[in-house]
Amino acid sequence: MMPDLGKYADAVLWSYAASLALLVALVVLSVLRGRKIRAEMEKVENRMTRNG
Amino acid sequence: MIALLLRDLKLAFRAGGGFGLGLAFFLIVTVLVPFSVGPQSSLLSTIAPGILWLGALLACLLSLDRLLALDWEDGSLDLLATAPLPLEAVVSIKALAHWLTTGLPLVLAAPFLGVLLNLPVPGFFWLVISLLIGTPAMSVIGTFGAALTVGLKRGGLLLSLLVLPLYVPTLIFGAEVARRGATGMETQTPLLMLGGITAATIALLPFASAAVLRINLR
Amino acid sequence: MSIAAKANTLWEYANPRKFLATSERVLPVFWISSAICLVVGLIWGFFFTPDDYKQGSTVKIIYLHVPSALMAINCWLMMLVTSLVWLVRRHHVSALAARAAAPVGIVMTLIALATGAIWGQPMWGTWWAWDPRLTSFLILFLFYLGYVALWEAIEDSDTAADLTSVLCLVGSVFALLSRYAVNFWNQGLHQGASVMRAAAVTGADTEEKVSNIYFYPLLLCMIGFVLLFIALVLYRTGTEIRARRIKALLARERVSG
Repeated sequence: MMPDLGKYADAVLWSYAASLALLVALVVLSVLRGRKIRAEMEKVENRMTRNG
Repeated sequence: MIALLLRDLKLAFRAGGGFGLGLAFFLIVTVLVPFSVGPQSSLLSTIAPGILWLGALLACLLSLDRLLALDWEDGSLDLLATAPLPLEAVVSIKALAHWLTTGLPLVLAAPFLGVLLNLPVPGFFWLVISLLIGTPAMSVIGTFGAALTVGLKRGGLLLSLLVLPLYVPTLIFGAEVARRGATGMETQTPLLMLGGITAATIALLPFASAAVLRINLR
Repeated sequence: MSIAAKANTLWEYANPRKFLATSERVLPVFWISSAICLVVGLIWGFFFTPDDYKQGSTVKIIYLHVPSALMAINCWLMMLVTSLVWLVRRHHVSALAARAAAPVGIVMTLIALATGAIWGQPMWGTWWAWDPRLTSFLILFLFYLGYVALWEAIEDSDTAADLTSVLCLVGSVFALLSRYAVNFWNQGLHQGASVMRAAAVTGADTEEKVSNIYFYPLLLCMIGFVLLFIALVLYRTGTEIRARRIKALLARERVSG
């Protein structure tokens, strides 16, 4: 399953781990903030329409 | 225009701050370097041009936040913006005043500090030349940075973050001239590049600074 | 005629509502296709490509390094274009897109720098060399930081959009200047080609020299990164538009109430 990475295994694995972690963090943070802002906007909009 | 220049110069002298502080900072940085890297004179003379350039650059940076902030606070910037003088000219004058009070003293002080760092003899000439050509660009770029951050309460640190990357080309070519001069290599190419950058920033950047200032005064 | 029609359709998306509706529709396509490209490309590259005879298995880092470096630069270019559009045509979506893209650019630059450093350690024997390419990326990183910091520092969003746009324009010129300055500076140091420069040229940094076995998975990864970038920027722009709307609504509420 795992390819033989030879003596550079550390370098390859670390670079994949670091990059994927950064990418995932970016996506997760973006989505979390997006959800929060969207919920907040709906709340404010609802309040506005109720109050006229 | 000349009245404005004289007013800025007078203010700088009276307030004392920018003028003396920049020089003192330059002196202290230069004195601290041997403490941090060791007293071997061969090492010091190798890094002297770079250290002196970096010290001058940081001293220049230090006085930038006062460049426009005082005029902003007491409202005279609004008056200048509505004056018949175009804002591009105002920011150019401001940059010139900054250079006369900060850049020029640094250039004049640099050879004396060079002695402290064992700068090789041919290096003195090129150090002064490169600083003389490079520091105006630093003042003009700094004016742009000051104009960007003028409305902010704590703009000082942000100003450094914005301005330092813009100083990279000037620093590279300027320090290269000084280094090559100190080791007796040809200096024409970096000198021309340095001159080109300075000329271009003086010619073009005031427009950006004025545009930014107009946005901030809106 | 056709150009005018095309331009018209493009500018329609300057309307925030229209932008939100459309991006909502196309976003899943971008998310899914980028995920497919990245998963397939990275697995292909990681598991099914041979080791390079000189670089060993470190050649596999190329599938992350090159696409992220590509996007780090293209992201700044995109910000430059959207900043110009904002300054000329005053479309809020454009300015907000630039704001949304900047953190993505920071992460791309970080990935490029990190993978480069990890690759450089076994190959050049050092984590960091002041090679022109590396140095330029570091400077680009600093520009991104300054740009984001300026956005965060200014309260009024229109002023912030104006100031950051001008900074982006001026910064682009200086970033380009730095690129040439850095090139010159390092050659001045090293006097022509040294081992390091040679390694950078024949190594992972130039894709023309990459043979076909490596090229197809690399291409897939690059497409995946582009799609991911588009998805992220569309999504984050939507977030910024909503955040701006909240601000506007709250301001109106204060005035009326």
